[in-house]
Order: sequence, then C-alpha cells, then structure tokens
Amino acid sequence: MALFDALLELADDHLVLGHRLSEWCGHAPMLEEDLAMPNMALDLIGSARTLYDYAGQVEGKGRSEDDLAYLRGEREYRNCLLVERPNRDFAHTMLRQLYFVAFMHPYWTAAADSSDEVIRGVAGKAVKEMAYHIRHAGEWVIRLGDGTEESARRMADAVDDLHLYTGELFEAGAETDDDVLPDRAALQPAWEVTIDHVFGEAGLTRPVIPHPQTGGRTGLHGEDLGHMLADMQSTHRAHPGATW
Amino acid sequence: MANEMPLWEVFIRPRNGLSHKHVGSIHAADEVLALQAARDVYTRRGEGNSIWVVPSSAITASDPEQASENFEPGEKIYRHPTFYDIPEEVGHM
Repeated sequence: MALFDALLELADDHLVLGHRLSEWCGHAPMLEEDLAMPNMALDLIGSARTLYDYAGQVEGKGRSEDDLAYLRGEREYRNCLLVERPNRDFAHTMLRQLYFVAFMHPYWTAAADSSDEVIRGVAGKAVKEMAYHIRHAGEWVIRLGDGTEESARRMADAVDDLHLYTGELFEAGAETDDDVLPDRAALQPAWEVTIDHVFGEAGLTRPVIPHPQTGGRTGLHGEDLGHMLADMQSTHRAHPGATW
Repeated sequence: MANEMPLWEVFIRPRNGLSHKHVGSIHAADEVLALQAARDVYTRRGEGNSIWVVPSSAITASDPEQASENFEPGEKIYRHPTFYDIPEEVGHM
C-alpha cells in the first residue's frame, strides 16, 4: 500500500491547506483577496480530489474521495505540519502559502515526468497553478516584509512561527517506486532559491533551524488540526451520504 | 485605506484581434498587485488573454454637465454617410 500512503500524504497536504485558505472566505481584509484566497483554495482542493479518488482506486476497498476526506480522524491524516498551522493573520497566511507552493512548484515540475499517468495529469495542471501562487504569496510577503512597521513586525513574527515546520517538507514519506513521485529532499535547493529571492526583497532573513518540527507523516499533529477537521467533517458526519 | 490602496480601472481583451474593454475596477497597493487582483477578480472564467490596469486617477473624464453640448449633435444628418449611391459592383459593405 506504499502508493496509497504516498497519495494520501500528498492529498492531505492539499486538502488541509485548501481548507485553511477557505476559512478566509468572507473574512479577507479586502474584496480582492476574498476572491484570490478561495481561488487558490480551490486549486489545492481540486488536486486533492483527484489524488483521493486515485488513492481510493489504488487501495481497492471501495473508499471514495469523500470517505477519505471526511471519515478519517486526525491520527490518520498524513499532511505535513506546516499546512495545518492556523491562519492567525494575513502575514502568516501568505508566508505559509509561499513556503508550501515554493516546494510544490518544483515537485510538480519533476512529477510531470512521472511513470504514473494520473500523477502526470495532476502535475500538468498544478505546475501552472503553483507558479501563480508563488507570485501572489511572494508579492505579498515582499510588501508586508518591506512595508510599514506593523506589517514588517507581523511578517517577521510569521517567519519565527512557521519556519520551524518547513524542514518536514523535505522529509521522505511513504516509499513508492522510483519514478512515480519525486524525491522530496532533492527539491530543497530549488525551494531555498525561491525563498531567498523573496526574502531578499522583503528584507527578511531565512532562519537556520537545526531541528525542525516534524511528525505529520506519521499522524502526529498539533492540536489545531483536530479542531479544523471537526469543523470540516461535521456536516458530512452528521448527514452521512447527503448530496447537493 | 484609500491612500494605501488606490483604485485601478481594469481592461480585458477577450481574445486576439479584439480591443481591450473596460470591465470594472479594483483596489491595489501598486501595479503588480493590481494586475494580480484584476486576474483574480475578472478572469476566473476564462474571460480574456490580456489585462491592462490603469490608475483611476490617470483618467480624465468628460463633464456630465457638458453632456448636451458634447453629445447631442441634433439634426446634422449629413454626418451620417448615407447620401451616396453605392455601385452594384461594390457589393455588400
């Protein structure tokens, strides 16, 4: 079930971050961002849906995308810790987005050569989406980091809070055949180039974290994920099989 | 917020060969974010392949008070090119 587990890691990353972004819907600081963040959320959730659907087929037990998204508990989720971190403020949200998509862009670029047809399909669409997310989140990190006293303070706080979780992005997860999914560790240099470029313009310094916080790939999450899943899953659990 | 987030007018070209057309306006801190906001707000359903953003303050508009002298040419029907006989050979114009 190695491929099943690897697909869940990937799908969970996308669904959890997509849901986090969707929490801004109706609450964003301005109308323009109130559309931009759900746009990005839907990009991520779209990839998650295809990956869950495929994972269900690979598993062969008849579980649908909804079963996998709504009927697994916190300890069964395999997302990295970064994506479950709460929104806090706009600076945290944009930095978290940049950290993740600066990783996913080279990831999907490499996955475009996968031996797996479904992965190639997701990658082809996601590469374009990730390029835009980097631009959007990156421009905001630059403007907040290099903005007012308050925005610079908030962005520096976000770096302090979130950088600890970036090391897990490059950690090996469930093993698959060599040419199905990219090697995460090999993507770190590309990620650092993107982050350093943005941080250079934003007047931020990339911290060095000797011991990153990890555990998400084995289901060891922070308490925030449980609250998020309770919110996300409650309707489906209260009304099993409901459709609209 | 008005000072930090000036207004921009958004123009979209639906496809090659057509002109950019005004579609609305957005708030953004600068031209880079204005283009992104315009993309997010106005091109979600494949509405176009090119965007212009222009600071609203850069637009000089005609005065509504002068509408009658500007836009009501009255009986100057000779301005309409309808007084020519078009030869048969020209065909449909």
